[in-house]
Amino acid sequence: MPLANQRTMRFLGRSYMAFVFTPEEPLIEWLAQLDGWLARSPGFFGGRPVVLDLANVKLHKPGIAHLVSCLLERDIRVIGLESADPAQLGPDLPPLLSGRPVNGNEVIALSRPEPAQAPAPPPRPQAASLLIDRPVRSGQSIVFPEGDVSVLGSVGSGAEIVAGGSIHIYGTLRGRAMAGHMGNARARIFCQKIEAELLAINGYYRTAEEIDAGLRGRPMQAWLNDNVMMITALN
Amino acid sequence: MGKVLVVTSGKGGVGKTTTTASLGAALAQTGETVVVVDFDVGLRNLDLVMGAERRVVFDLINVIQGVAKLSQALIRDKRLESLWLLPASQTRDKDALTEEGVGRVIGELKEKFDWVICDSPAGIERGAILAMRYADAAVIVTNPEVSSVRDSDRIIGMLDSKTMRAESGERIDKHLLITRYDSARAARGEMLSIDDVLEILSTPLLGIIPESQDVLRASNVGSPVTLSSRLSAPARAYMEAARRLQGESVSMTVPSPKRGLFDKLFGRRAA
Repeated sequence: MPLANQRTMRFLGRSYMAFVFTPEEPLIEWLAQLDGWLARSPGFFGGRPVVLDLANVKLHKPGIAHLVSCLLERDIRVIGLESADPAQLGPDLPPLLSGRPVNGNEVIALSRPEPAQAPAPPPRPQAASLLIDRPVRSGQSIVFPEGDVSVLGSVGSGAEIVAGGSIHIYGTLRGRAMAGHMGNARARIFCQKIEAELLAINGYYRTAEEIDAGLRGRPMQAWLNDNVMMITALN
Repeated sequence: MGKVLVVTSGKGGVGKTTTTASLGAALAQTGETVVVVDFDVGLRNLDLVMGAERRVVFDLINVIQGVAKLSQALIRDKRLESLWLLPASQTRDKDALTEEGVGRVIGELKEKFDWVICDSPAGIERGAILAMRYADAAVIVTNPEVSSVRDSDRIIGMLDSKTMRAESGERIDKHLLITRYDSARAARGEMLSIDDVLEILSTPLLGIIPESQDVLRASNVGSPVTLSSRLSAPARAYMEAARRLQGESVSMTVPSPKRGLFDKLFGRRAA
């Protein structure tokens, strides 16, 4: 049978952004904390990819399966696992993700995977930045994991900006701003007028209720000091 | 070639149909040919406000489906001969609207009329998206109140992404029309001020229509307010807005609180 007409298949690599949960023992308490967060923001994770990092728990296959199904009950779908023992996984569990991030559409050579490959440390973030020269309207979602986002205008209530780096808003922030989203704890959020619904840096967040009332309506910056978010006036 | 204008808001009940009828009549009074098109399939109101509800034979859905020709569905206004109405269907629902059908009808209307004004339904679903799809310009109707402003912000975002113009990289002209403005309540802080609304929406202001009993009276007698009570405050504000749409620069009249005779004499409200 001639193989002349056989087309070669290309397998592309692409990077996506996902939330990473790092459960801690005791799991019952961790699930209760998660339920508290979900009660305040129901449906927040619905439809968004979630990765489970099992570095801080010691679970065997039934335990992992049970945890994944507990999350599914809460409408959270786990698309991959990290830091899990490959022996404990199987075809009915989400796949193991290695720590090697892939940039853009890299063509991956089909070769036999080396066993027990140590995950490479994440590369230093490139200094990319996104400039948006008009207001961000309610319901719009700007996601830029590669770096900073600057907005020449206001961010409407119900809009969200998610950046791998810092967020600079030359206008009023009325929506949500989530900076340092890919693990950058040094990212900051700046705006000319703070009326935000939610601020988050590297996963640590503050809702509007927790932002000091005396700061509202003024220029502000937010940054992380040892995993505590500091929000101060800019002048 | 005519200009297609969509009157939209996001929020319901803020004055889209009233605005479509009033602006349509005001533009027709200056001599331009105008057709107002009702996109609210299943909940049609434009025919009532125009006073044409007893003359509806064919509607937009019939024309899209080829059951009737455009000339059979168009209803001419009895008071202004350059003003026409294309009503919506009351018995069907929005699924009967197709993008290709709407495009065809709007294309035909653009060739016959100077202005094609599309009265959008409330919401952000199919009906609202199809009403704005082929627009060259948009009037965003907003009440100076927080939920209306947020919904208008959403619809402005959609105007910048879901219209044919936006998809081909052009900008669609957007105009903000503040309706039901009550200056006394704004002064007491019960309503958002004009500046607050402009700051949140960052869109050029087309006009400010004051809250008024004349609007309800006009729709009850089936007449746009610019025809039935030409001297009333809302009618005058709509006529100025129409002139601004035509490109004239008219200074903005901000409605001021009505004060009774005693207030003017003694400068105080009774305790």
